[in-house]
Amino acid sequence: MDGLVAYFTLIGFGPTGWGVPLLRAATMTVAVSLAAFGVGIVFGVFGCWAKLSKSVVAQSAAAVYTTVLRGVPDLLVIYLLYFGGSQAIGAIARTFGHQGFFGLNGFVVGMMAVGIISGAYQTEVLRGAYLAIPKGELEAARVASMGRLLMLRRIIAPQTLRFALPGMGNVWQLILKESALISVVGLIEIMNQTRLAVGRTGAAFSFYITGAILFLVITTFSGAAFRRAEAWAMRGMAGRVRQ
Amino acid sequence: MTRLAFLWDTFLQLLAGVPVTLSLVAVSVALGGLLALALTGIRRASRLGEWAVSAYVFALRGSPLLIQIFLIYYGFGQIGWIRSSFLWPFLREPWWCAITALALNTAAYQAEVLRGGLNAVPKGAVEAARVCGMGRAMAFRRIVLPIAIRQALPAYTSEVVIMVKATSLASIITLFEITGIAHSIVSETFRAFEVLSIAGLIYLAINFTLTRAFRRLEIRLTPQSRGRPTDRPVSKA
Repeated sequence: MDGLVAYFTLIGFGPTGWGVPLLRAATMTVAVSLAAFGVGIVFGVFGCWAKLSKSVVAQSAAAVYTTVLRGVPDLLVIYLLYFGGSQAIGAIARTFGHQGFFGLNGFVVGMMAVGIISGAYQTEVLRGAYLAIPKGELEAARVASMGRLLMLRRIIAPQTLRFALPGMGNVWQLILKESALISVVGLIEIMNQTRLAVGRTGAAFSFYITGAILFLVITTFSGAAFRRAEAWAMRGMAGRVRQ
Repeated sequence: MTRLAFLWDTFLQLLAGVPVTLSLVAVSVALGGLLALALTGIRRASRLGEWAVSAYVFALRGSPLLIQIFLIYYGFGQIGWIRSSFLWPFLREPWWCAITALALNTAAYQAEVLRGGLNAVPKGAVEAARVCGMGRAMAFRRIVLPIAIRQALPAYTSEVVIMVKATSLASIITLFEITGIAHSIVSETFRAFEVLSIAGLIYLAINFTLTRAFRRLEIRLTPQSRGRPTDRPVSKA
């Protein structure tokens, strides 16, 4: 019992509690994950477009992108963007006479790294969803003399989104968990905040289990949100025969 | 040192991390596989077991591996009875902590893969085995498990690839596998692009080889998909 009281004092919102920093860190985790999700969708749309295009160059570029990003550890990609990025900026700065190491913003690096990685998965999700659109609908749209942009907006985008939502939900869960890796470049998200708290208090088990629980809460709630979105997107589709 | 010599030297240094990475993958995937089998047994045994295993799978798949590694490496030391138990000499070592975390994590995913495979076993096959007089255990060993493993193999392959990538997190608790060595070279030389690209290529090579090997295994294990012998070109002799 005493143990529990001590635990809740430690992670609570009292004067000696870590509740506020932990909540702020959880907000940061969600924020950086959302930003990465956005970046991932942009990369995914371009990747999907390249994979479906008739150009051999675009196709192979997209194939290299998805193969490499799905075959290399995420930590390596984050390091590459962080250290490689500051190496590049350092090289540019040296030509202007500046010296020293240039640290990059952890949020931007994390958002880009996780975004680029998740884009490789998003590419496959979107490609699968696009291919699931019944061909007849595209033909019908063309016969109804829709232009390419109008067809994209009215037929392709909504239908692709509908079929892509379950896969996108999986990518979102992946991003949430990967966001913990951004702690290595100094962003104060859940992982890093718990590490700082452990450094200050020494209560390693209490804080890491709290961090894990915070992640579980976020993944559970967002999973439920995605299921609701799926139900919304699929409204009126019950019993429809897929071609 | 010229650029080419530096690249070659880096490559050789990183190569020294390959056995560490591969042994982390092999040991944790094997231990995780055994644990996944046990979990599947528990899941099928009772209602309570099913609930407990689902909770385990939910907790390990819903939180980041990095936090699980930290929980075991730093967190277990906080708990008195673990410190005084026979496990402590193991859990003090980063290698065993990484193995424990990776194995517990992959067990959750492998249990799901196995569940998918088991669900795909046709009921008729099990019934036929029982009618032939096989006991439950024998039917499971001879009929259900082989079919399930065959079904689950593609998903299992991607789980192993994910594990190869996941071992890179062991570098954060001071293990010198490929990523750990790469990180230390980068912090000495500041030549991030070169060093990390070579490390990436090594990972790609490992994953490519593994995927090919599993693909071959898949073809071997599914003779029916290769077509009947008469479909093949008949030799002249």
